[in-house]
Amino acid sequence: MPSSPLVQLNDVAVRYGRVPVLNSVELEVPAGEATGIVGPNGSGKSTLLRVLATLLRPTEGRVSVFGTEMGRETAFSIRRRIALIGHQPALYPQLTLRENLVFVSRLSGHSEERVDEMLDLVGLAGAKHRRAEQSSHGMQRRVEFARVILTKPDLLLLDEAHAGLDREAGQLVDAVVENVRSRGGAAVFVSHELDRMLPLVQSTYELVGGAVIPGGSR
Amino acid sequence: MTGPSFWGQAYEIGRKDMRVEGRSGEVLNITIPFGAVALLLIPLAIGIDRPLIASVGPGMFWVVTLLFGMLVTFRHSATETVANREMMVLLGMDPAAQFVGRVSASFLLLLVFEGVLAPLTIVLYNPDPVSGWPVLLVVLLLMAIGLALIGTLASGITSGLRSRNTLAPLLVAPLSLPLLVGASQTYEALSQESSILTPILLLVAVVLGLAVVGVLTARFLEEASR
Repeated sequence: MPSSPLVQLNDVAVRYGRVPVLNSVELEVPAGEATGIVGPNGSGKSTLLRVLATLLRPTEGRVSVFGTEMGRETAFSIRRRIALIGHQPALYPQLTLRENLVFVSRLSGHSEERVDEMLDLVGLAGAKHRRAEQSSHGMQRRVEFARVILTKPDLLLLDEAHAGLDREAGQLVDAVVENVRSRGGAAVFVSHELDRMLPLVQSTYELVGGAVIPGGSR
Repeated sequence: MTGPSFWGQAYEIGRKDMRVEGRSGEVLNITIPFGAVALLLIPLAIGIDRPLIASVGPGMFWVVTLLFGMLVTFRHSATETVANREMMVLLGMDPAAQFVGRVSASFLLLLVFEGVLAPLTIVLYNPDPVSGWPVLLVVLLLMAIGLALIGTLASGITSGLRSRNTLAPLLVAPLSLPLLVGASQTYEALSQESSILTPILLLVAVVLGLAVVGVLTARFLEEASR
């Protein structure tokens, strides 16, 4: 039996000025599943992810997240349940990896004591006092995964999640997604490469000409 | 899981900003020395006219504080990336709390800035001594909080714009004029032993007005910047 959609997009269009990016997008993200969206560079994948994250209001159409139709006020109240891992790590370069995570834990109301546990979990126990600006891209990504495990989002959005990661860190992505799914949440991957995310997703879509075309359920 | 209160969020933002500044040392190592150099160059440009130097000293201090103080507050827009801003949104941060936190951090940094440059101004310009120096301390506080509010507000308004580096200083100029007038007129009133009530009230009114506008528009500006 198909699960109820956690996110639903109906006839969504996004234009930047006169430039259309997304057209008539229809998309359902079921609870407990991972969805993969593939498309070439510049096809609007990141824009779609920002709409799903409620960070970008579409020019047209309706967006429903966790059963609530998005408006300015409603978006504000549900955003804590969403996590986005984008191209650029959301870290402060001058702070250490640990300090970055402590900052997030305090703002999200989680215990600071769990921070060390999370850093240990993502394999950064030995590098936690290193500044973000002195850490590799892969290490910065690991901190982002630690943030996701710490904040326990119900909707996880990943933009090119496996880009620049070694095998071990790649397995971390898999574990994080599995963790979200097992709690009844959902994950959405966008990537220009289908191969790496294919083993993780239950349904795939393709972004063509700004529209989302179902690629079938697995 | 509920997050911290409004003031708790503001505290965390302020603390983070201070820590970032502590590591980058932009204010201590770059802005303050440049401000000091500016104060040093002006008497050299004026020449050896000691009475003139003494009379322009306080005004020069306010101008240098205003111009270099803006650099202190604008540093936020440089340290906050799009990814950082979006993460804050998804953490459910109240934009007004972010505003208060940033203003607080800038205020503290501006106090340090003023604390170094004010004695330097006295040494370099030897301005006429005035009675009522505690009033000048209050003016320093009001100027610091006013500049912190203006700079943070201007950063918020221009955040996300491509031309923000040009627009922000243009926005600051008219907004900071009442502060400059209030601060310099307070010193003048003290030196002439006339009433300081009007300029002090002007400073207080500007600070309160900016604080209210900043807090009330924070959410709108945050949404508009994305």
